Amino acid sequence: MQPFTTLSGPAMPMIEDDINTDQIAPLQLAKGLSPDWGELLFKRQRMNADGSANDHVLNRLQYQKPAILLANENFGCGSSRESAVWCLTGVGIRCVIARTIADIFRENCLLNGLLPIELSGEAMGRLQALVTKIDGAQPFCVDLPEQIVCAPGGETFVFDISGSDKTRLIEGLDEIGLTMKHEAEITAWEAQMFADMPWVQESRDRRR
Amino acid sequence: MSHRGRTLFDKIWDRHLVGHRADGRELIYIDRHVLHDLHAPHAFGKLAQAGRKVRRPDLTFSMQDHSVSVQPGRNDDTYAEGAAFIRAMRKGSAENGVRVFDLGDPDQGISHVVAPELGLVLPGATHAVPDSHACTVGGLGALAFGCGTTELEHILATQVITLFRPKRLRVNLLGQLGADVAGKDVALAVIAKLGVSGGRGFAIEFAGPVARALPIEGRLTLCNLTIEMGSRSGFIAPDAATFKWIKGRPFAPHGAQWDQAVAYWLTLFTDEDAVFDKEIDVDCSHLAPQITWGTEPSQVIGIDGRVPDPAQMDMDKRGAVERAIAYMGLEAGASIEGLPVNRVFIGSCTNSRLPDLELAARLVKGRKVAPGVTAWAVPGSSQVKRDAEALGLDRIFKDAGFMWGESGCSMCAGTNGDMGQAGERVLSTTNRNFENRQGRGVRTHLVGPALAAIAAVTGRITDVRKL
Ligand code: SF4
Repeated sequence: MQPFTTLSGPAMPMIEDDINTDQIAPLQLAKGLSPDWGELLFKRQRMNADGSANDHVLNRLQYQKPAILLANENFGCGSSRESAVWCLTGVGIRCVIARTIADIFRENCLLNGLLPIELSGEAMGRLQALVTKIDGAQPFCVDLPEQIVCAPGGETFVFDISGSDKTRLIEGLDEIGLTMKHEAEITAWEAQMFADMPWVQESRDRRR
Repeated sequence: MSHRGRTLFDKIWDRHLVGHRADGRELIYIDRHVLHDLHAPHAFGKLAQAGRKVRRPDLTFSMQDHSVSVQPGRNDDTYAEGAAFIRAMRKGSAENGVRVFDLGDPDQGISHVVAPELGLVLPGATHAVPDSHACTVGGLGALAFGCGTTELEHILATQVITLFRPKRLRVNLLGQLGADVAGKDVALAVIAKLGVSGGRGFAIEFAGPVARALPIEGRLTLCNLTIEMGSRSGFIAPDAATFKWIKGRPFAPHGAQWDQAVAYWLTLFTDEDAVFDKEIDVDCSHLAPQITWGTEPSQVIGIDGRVPDPAQMDMDKRGAVERAIAYMGLEAGASIEGLPVNRVFIGSCTNSRLPDLELAARLVKGRKVAPGVTAWAVPGSSQVKRDAEALGLDRIFKDAGFMWGESGCSMCAGTNGDMGQAGERVLSTTNRNFENRQGRGVRTHLVGPALAAIAAVTGRITDVRKL
């Protein structure tokens, strides 16, 4: 996984509630197993009925290489599709800031080096106003070790993140490797469960 | 340590707690892992790239459901875009020794329908699917986690998922259900109250007399919509009805093991003195059949209700409601009943089990699909299809003018190409009414099978209680 420490670039405003993963990654429009994920991002919303580009924020010149996406409540709700994260990273977005972020989507972000930031209250209102005003003209930056978002004028916003998620992103750790350090425990658990409740550890089709 | 009562959630979680990772996450063992064709091929690919093996192929199952055609006589290529997924799934499963429920297999179907039906998932067991509706099997008292592709790869390699322990929420379903309402109506009523993110960060236990009285299929339907409340996991404590439903299913324990299993399952309830982080009550007496009017599942009213009027709302809510009303082609403040319908879809992991189809068929019987309406009934599994055909339901649907499909996800998410036309009003027994989910510009109203069936034959949104 690509580690995350700092990031600088345009912050793109989509200040809406409940932006769901069907919108982010409209899989019905994807062609084949490995489509161009970036091209798929918000594709339904970016097109008119005849397929031409509309005035969606992503179609605007200053957001051709966005780094940060700013939303409101419950970003990433709905389907568990990880392709929603791949679509975002596909255009270069490596940080999503919202008041709240849906559970499964948040996990998917952490596993792909995309920093999910939850910011609430007045600070969020202020950041949303700044991002809207600056409108891609100057870069915002995110510093994960310091846990701050900084606006072009120098104003900073402190955010919370659990120590473990922070380390995971900064070090770009191999998740499976981390868990496999516990292989002996997994094996012991399996043996114990097999002794206690064998039907849980065996999955047999009794018709066969 | 003083004794304090535990919730059902904690009992199942603790039983599956393998260890604590240095980063504070807990390792939770996954008893049954079911994959599907839309997301598993990517994970198989990444696993092979990393040179890793599936740790427990015997506890892993592959289902072909998302990208399969449901047209009678289908094969891999009936939906050309799906063929790559179906073949990659078959290949990845074979290479890893995972049993695949393929096209033509008598057990093929939607994973969340097939896993309970085969007894693959059991009370008190943990279950993962790379799909947010994994929560469906909570209806049997199992603890399920919908997951992403990287998590899927992680479970394949390790058989555990790494999580922070969620908080616990109990939803008490009070009162008694009327004759024309069922699990779907209860679920929509809960979402209306809790909102689409009210359950975020929680595992939900559905309790109370209404949960207890629901038949198992209704419990599966209710738990299916847990993710629409913002929660990853939702469940109902198992009881005698659950055990009876599971007994004799192909993968269920039998003989002495059955008795041992039941003895364990009888301990799976929330202790009386257990404390929840949050509790809500939902009174289900006098509940009318529910229907969504908007573009997210909490925008719900009774069938006798009216579309909300944004002018009567707080400023901060107005915009979203106005937008939903415009997308759905509705009039603020108007009744929902009587609106003309273009398409009806009965199916999906929400409402495609035998009792759903029986209920719909009873309403359709002897009637014809209204002119101009396209109506589909798609069984949730090949087994459901056979059972329905044994009861003659297929004839009832076909005689009325329905398309009677092979099993699969079909128009629920349209990832097999089944979609409506722009502007069409669709009554759908599925779980998501998002803009464009069932096709660009399609206006989806989520309903239970009764309202869907009656709309197909009347051509309008109709209160089933008036018939
Ligand atoms: S029926 Fe719909 S919700 Fe259920 S698994 Fe298939 S696509 Fe997902």
